[in-house]
Amino acid sequence: MIRRRLLVAALVLATAAGSALGASDPTVDVYGQIENHALQSRYDHITQDLRCLVCQNESIADSNVELASDLRRQVREMLIAGKSDDDIFQYMTDRYGEFVRFNPPLTPKTWLIWGAPFIMVAVGAIVIIRIARHRARLPVDDEPASETK
Amino acid sequence: MWKFLIPVAAFVALAVLFALGLNPKRDIHALPSPLIGKPAPAFDLTDVMDPSRHVDNTALKGQVYVLNVWGTWCFECRAEHDELLAIARQHVVPLIGLDYMDQREKAQQWLTQLGNPYQGVGFDTDGRTAINWGVYGAPETYLVDGRGQILYKFISPITPDVWEREFLPRISAAQRSGT
Repeated sequence: MIRRRLLVAALVLATAAGSALGASDPTVDVYGQIENHALQSRYDHITQDLRCLVCQNESIADSNVELASDLRRQVREMLIAGKSDDDIFQYMTDRYGEFVRFNPPLTPKTWLIWGAPFIMVAVGAIVIIRIARHRARLPVDDEPASETK
Repeated sequence: MWKFLIPVAAFVALAVLFALGLNPKRDIHALPSPLIGKPAPAFDLTDVMDPSRHVDNTALKGQVYVLNVWGTWCFECRAEHDELLAIARQHVVPLIGLDYMDQREKAQQWLTQLGNPYQGVGFDTDGRTAINWGVYGAPETYLVDGRGQILYKFISPITPDVWEREFLPRISAAQRSGT
């Protein structure tokens, strides 16, 4: 019995390790890795923040469609040409709009996206406080009204 | 009184939001182009039909034109092709093609068999022109005015209805203001 449990545990661990390894595999590009490590890590970061517009929930780092590969090539070339991260994001948003970024910058147009969680927490807090205050004002009555009948 | 109005107002707001979001005519993948009102990116490509010829949009400056992005791999491009042929017969506006992510032989075969509505078809071998124009699929159709600015972008196949409703009024307005 114990042996079987150990076997199951080993299998589960092996599967988890396998999928974790698979997930961390960098996208295989026809061009391979950039030789300069600093550039490669910026490349990884940028391509993970750019949306593939064909399959709109994947980043261009994860996607295999041709447009994503063309955009990765563009990022790579701009990095090697010495462009900054901001230059590259600007280049992409100029052509594809803010939607191309998974992490849109805070601008007057996007403040609602960034602010919505805080607004919801604030509204929730107001509701809870009001209910709590209302309850505090109620007379203490341990016996439910329906059961006293 | 106002306490009862809050849920009603919330309901109406949600209903409007859902009605807009669930509208079956809305293409959820269509994105607004940031290039509207901006200068059309220049390109100089070889012609699909004749590689010795060039399709250069700077030569089109001063006239209103339509750029249609297509490819033989694109199912919906086949669906709009008859309408493109009809548009070409109207002689209202020059129709320029951009053949995207394609093979030259296949594209030539397509245009020979189905008819060629284009004044010229740029062959975008490496997708760079498409990136400059913010293309993310096909078919996509752009309208460029006489000053070389992008006036309008339509994503999906063009139908006679779309052409009459969205394109023709903009084209005649642009052609009037250009002269």
